Amino acid sequence: MDLSFTEVQTMLIDSVEKFITNEYSFERRQQYAASDTGYSADVWATFADLGWTAVPFSEDDGGFDGGPVELVVMMQQFGRGLIVEPYLANIVLAGGVLRRAASASQKTKLLQPLISGELQAALAVTEPQSRYDLANIETTATKDGDDWIISGRKGVVLNGGNAGLLIIPARTSGSTTDRDGITLFAVGGIADGVSRNAYPTVDGHQAAEIVLQDVRVEPNAILGEIDKAYEVLDAVVDEATLAVCAEAVGIMQTLTDKTVEYSKSREQFGVPIGSFQALQHRMVDMLTACEQSYSLLLWASMANADQTEDAKRAISAAKYQVGTAGKKVGQEAVQIHGGMGVSWDVDVAHYFKRLTTIGQMFGNADWHLDKLAE
Amino acid sequence: MNVTFTDEELAFRDEVRTFFRDEMPEGIVEKRRLGVPLEPKDFIRFQKALYRKGWAGYNWPVEYGGTGWTTVQKHIFGVEMAEANAPGIITFGLGMVGPVIYTFGNDEQKQRFLPDILESNVWWCQGYSEPGSGSDLASLKMRAELAGDHYVVNGTKTWTTLGQFADWIFCLARTSTDVARRQEGISFLLIDMQTPGITVTPIITIEGDHEVNEIHFEDVKVPAENLIGEEGKGWTYGKVLLQHERTGTARVANTNYRLTNLRQQASRSVRGAEPLANDRNFMRKLAAVEVELKALEFTELRTLAAVASGKAPGPESSILKLKGTELQQAVDELYVEAAGYYALPYVPSQYTLDFPEDDRVGEGSETQSSLTYFNFRKASIYGGSNEIQKNIIAKHVLGL
Repeated sequence: MDLSFTEVQTMLIDSVEKFITNEYSFERRQQYAASDTGYSADVWATFADLGWTAVPFSEDDGGFDGGPVELVVMMQQFGRGLIVEPYLANIVLAGGVLRRAASASQKTKLLQPLISGELQAALAVTEPQSRYDLANIETTATKDGDDWIISGRKGVVLNGGNAGLLIIPARTSGSTTDRDGITLFAVGGIADGVSRNAYPTVDGHQAAEIVLQDVRVEPNAILGEIDKAYEVLDAVVDEATLAVCAEAVGIMQTLTDKTVEYSKSREQFGVPIGSFQALQHRMVDMLTACEQSYSLLLWASMANADQTEDAKRAISAAKYQVGTAGKKVGQEAVQIHGGMGVSWDVDVAHYFKRLTTIGQMFGNADWHLDKLAE
Repeated sequence: MNVTFTDEELAFRDEVRTFFRDEMPEGIVEKRRLGVPLEPKDFIRFQKALYRKGWAGYNWPVEYGGTGWTTVQKHIFGVEMAEANAPGIITFGLGMVGPVIYTFGNDEQKQRFLPDILESNVWWCQGYSEPGSGSDLASLKMRAELAGDHYVVNGTKTWTTLGQFADWIFCLARTSTDVARRQEGISFLLIDMQTPGITVTPIITIEGDHEVNEIHFEDVKVPAENLIGEEGKGWTYGKVLLQHERTGTARVANTNYRLTNLRQQASRSVRGAEPLANDRNFMRKLAAVEVELKALEFTELRTLAAVASGKAPGPESSILKLKGTELQQAVDELYVEAAGYYALPYVPSQYTLDFPEDDRVGEGSETQSSLTYFNFRKASIYGGSNEIQKNIIAKHVLGL
């Protein structure tokens, strides 16, 4: 029984913490979020320099060989700093596919520039109608000679507007919700037939609606096995779910800390509002929610590091928990901050918004509870 | 980072598991299976079996006859005890007054009291609460006035669990009223229940059982040598006692055992009905409790890992009692829901060993679900209500 971090994990935590304290103020974060791309290219280059973009990849792929625990401790800090750079979209989602499915030559061409920070990428995991079902894919890819022709629509593709590389799951056989018959294609972001409507999301990140109209790709665009992409998608999305759970826990802890501090300084009726029992009990509930969520995050990261039987269940449990507890913590933080909590210029409001969007991604609380109830 | 046990710990777990499987005193397993309430003699037989094995002082240092177990070993012991559906240890002697005596008592008191506590020869009860004191323990009024070589004790203790069987009671009593703070002037006294002037009056609780009592003290003469530690310092000793166990207070293993059983039960048909597992609403509620309980299990492991590595547990340890009782009660509720109409019959008399199982109303111990539910509303009230727990966390953890 040992729940302490390894030296490498501690270094990772410290380096992200230090970066946030020294270089990532809330004001800067807001500037980056408001820019055209929605993130800072300089900051992204720093992430690559510091080796963070290499964390989940194997040493053979030029990575750090980090597992779920390393990913989780880093994402938790990203949550604390409310990082807006597209780590999830690039490294966890697109990188997750490349790591698992790309051939050696594809890795050289696509994964290396991704890790070095030169290439932006996106995994188009959702379609307008698919909600949380990864197998719900209407986009088709049909063979034309040696080439494939892809047509369809992808919705709310994270980092989709910035991506030079789009990873497109398309149906190569079967019908709309079959798990079999899905194939992954690497498509250029500005390839002929690709049109993108990029937009900011409410949490300061960016996404895009993407239409693919008879997009022609060569056979070497296929990532992994034909018709067998579901398992890859499922594993990548599990990892992404764990990653956003960690980010959410970091946000919840920050919101709780900030709320407790605020309640000590904000005075009403001549006393700090933190002296009111009605508020004290609610802040204790926030603390409880954080501790319970962190506990599940530890379970989920360890279960996935060891690939135990209940690894998938652990992820659903963690996502259900951050969905419900995150909503509670976010709403309470805003409520106890009063008017400040609903002000654009106050960070609490933006932490709350990110917590809210995380709740909507990769299966909401209800969806995961259903899995657990089976 | 791992929550796995070492080879030595696994071997220890097997030994504990084997003990609970093979060496439980006769009849106890059967009573537990049939939902027949245990009598005092059953608890004593169980605790004496632990004593013979050398495990009665599971929480005690070796020098006083305890096991000297590590935090992890204590945890394993607790989990295995719950998984075996063992009776549990009556805490007043072994868990409470014993540690106070070996920590704060003098040598004579240690020699006089500890062996009988360890061997479960003497039944102890706890005299803290008083009528009207509720969660505000420091408001206690029982008086103990020194008169030569003895104290004269007057007052009333209440909610005294299993006090009707007790040979001895440990009390917090006021020895001085001339104090700056209410917490001062309180002393820790050991009182023989046979002393003239003590009367025990039953309190029947919501489910109809006699579990707690009111105990009246009228000019009860207590030898001065029965004072533990210094006069007026009883509050400090009592508080240490309340905080003695940082882990295990959440009853995670016990709740887990019951929840696992409920999930299995839900997959079976009762009286030819559709299995409850087909009821989506019920299963979603059950799953939600499972998630919270799993979280609490890890919260407890975090506390454990901190203590095991010599660190002070973090804020997570403070939520154990709070969350543990909430979840215990949530499982009680699920059992009631699972029983449906059979939560209604009030038939405690059928839960005896000689009552034919086939003649019972309801299946298994279904009709006890509501009684358990009613009884364990106490869990969020005793030991400082959950609202008091929140006050404590707000003050000591959040600094409010």
